[in-house]
Amino acid sequence: MFFYLLRRILYAIPIALAVGLFCFMLVQIAPGDPINAIVPADAPGDVVEQVRRDYGLDKPLPVQFGIWLWKVLHGDLGRSLATGRSVWSDLSGAIVNTLRLAIVASGLGFIMGCVLGGLAGTFRGSVVDRAAVGIAVAGVSVPHYWLGMVLVVVFSVQLNMLPAMGAGPSGSGDWAWNWEHMQHLILPAVTLAVIPMGIVTRTVRGIIAEIMSQEFVTALRGKGLTRGRIFVHVVKNAAPNALAVMGLQLGYLMGGSILVETVFSWPGTGLLLNNAIFQRDLPVLQGTILVLAMFFVALNLVVDLVQTALDPRIKRA
Amino acid sequence: MSMSTTPSAAEAELAVQARQAAVKSQGYWAGVWKRLRRDPVTIGCALVLLAMFLAIVLAPMIAPHDPYQGSMIRRLRAIGTPNYPLGTDELGRDMLTRLLYGGRLSWFMGIVPVVFAFVIGTSLGVLAGFAGGKVNMAIMRTTDIFYAFPSVLLAVAISGALGAGILNAILALTLVFIPQIIRVAESVTTGVRNLDFVDAARASGASAFTIVRVHVLGNVLGPIFVYATSLISVCMILASGLSFLGLGTKPPEPEWGLMLNTLRTAIYVQPWVAVLPGVCIFITSICFNLLSDGLRQAMDVKA
Repeated sequence: MFFYLLRRILYAIPIALAVGLFCFMLVQIAPGDPINAIVPADAPGDVVEQVRRDYGLDKPLPVQFGIWLWKVLHGDLGRSLATGRSVWSDLSGAIVNTLRLAIVASGLGFIMGCVLGGLAGTFRGSVVDRAAVGIAVAGVSVPHYWLGMVLVVVFSVQLNMLPAMGAGPSGSGDWAWNWEHMQHLILPAVTLAVIPMGIVTRTVRGIIAEIMSQEFVTALRGKGLTRGRIFVHVVKNAAPNALAVMGLQLGYLMGGSILVETVFSWPGTGLLLNNAIFQRDLPVLQGTILVLAMFFVALNLVVDLVQTALDPRIKRA
Repeated sequence: MSMSTTPSAAEAELAVQARQAAVKSQGYWAGVWKRLRRDPVTIGCALVLLAMFLAIVLAPMIAPHDPYQGSMIRRLRAIGTPNYPLGTDELGRDMLTRLLYGGRLSWFMGIVPVVFAFVIGTSLGVLAGFAGGKVNMAIMRTTDIFYAFPSVLLAVAISGALGAGILNAILALTLVFIPQIIRVAESVTTGVRNLDFVDAARASGASAFTIVRVHVLGNVLGPIFVYATSLISVCMILASGLSFLGLGTKPPEPEWGLMLNTLRTAIYVQPWVAVLPGVCIFITSICFNLLSDGLRQAMDVKA
């Protein structure tokens, strides 16, 4: 067990390094000289040469990667071309906003998915089951950026009930857990929750159906336990797998919220990425993707470790 | 006497086996078709997709207007306007025509990356699964790196760095799906590799190439194919999403994702016209998803 944990943690290091290499290469595969990612296109020639030397861009690629990695490890993600501010200062605020949206959305999706999947798995083959499976398929097939637009049309344009954009009355001001701010969260969170809802419904339905067909459930029933008591046993068996799926979904939402954030002008990493793409601001693009991917790697690790700790059936050596 | 009967008996047995094999393989596909026929949802989805496919292929013949020709005096007409059954867009172009033409690029960008990824991913995955050892290590650890990115983020990262354009978007999406197909291909190949008939083929002197071509591919292509069909739905949503972000198709080319983006400003004027391209993406994607589920059940693929 201890050696498994150690090995799993050690294995995350080469992955993280490779992810770093990939993000470093993003600027290299971009068309044009990578120097254009640091200085504006209209900078004078001698300034460009100066910067090229300062940044070590005249050195071979492996050396450059080393320098870049050293800076990243010290929290220096470079400067934005568009604003001139350090990438990290813009990114840190955006990450908090995205995390808030992703946590609320995945929580919402998890609850709905567990209810639907639990009902479907318990009453397999019934009308409830078919309805839940139908909702799940629709949830994973819907282009969520479009769903966001439809929700805006219905709740903002037609009914005038909820705001269509931003993260607060002042657009993107400081967050507070009050109604003024929370009403901005409702539509994006519901939109984003649809994907994990679909996936969790499918997964939970499968897990529950599999557990219900095991012998120990028959034995419990034979002992004369009520439906409710049996349900507790089933939930205990299903929880580790369901939680693992949900943990990964949070990571997918963090990275995947770019489209929803664009629709709702939610001031998170997605909107930051979208603006970076629009202005070809490569340092911001690179920094944002690096941080999001590292978050995902860390989350994968945590999910694995927690699952191992929670589920005594998993004996990893 | 016995010298002459033994070969003929063996031949007879081989013939019987061959006939049984022929009957059995026929039986498999006949069984798949029989199960499919009894599945109204799958058949319905296949028919909807077929109708859409015909409509977008025949767009030049059946579209009532020119997809690029707009007019400032008939911008953003409502659904049901005479001559413009689905209204007009923000530049006064006929929506029905644009949707028909737009389907061409949306379908193209939804299917082509999956086809590329299917070919490349299956080759690498079967290689990894069949060769094992260091080759397996090298291929599978490389796919692990790509699994460190949520797929939307990976697609946005690659096409964002490369810049807008259909080819860049297709390249990015292909790279997103290759690792996923490699994982499935590797796991089914590893399952088949140690079965008795592969050992028998090896013992009878078949080369590795022959074993893979005859014995492995025949058993792994079905499951991988079913998995790949389930990716078409994801790919279509992602491709339209890239266009929605301005990373795929460029205006004035009609494409569903891009149309959604340019019509976004019109949701206060003609909301129901503005959401039409998304309806098309949704219908296509849900039909491909249900079709893939139906195929999986009919072909009895586990996983």
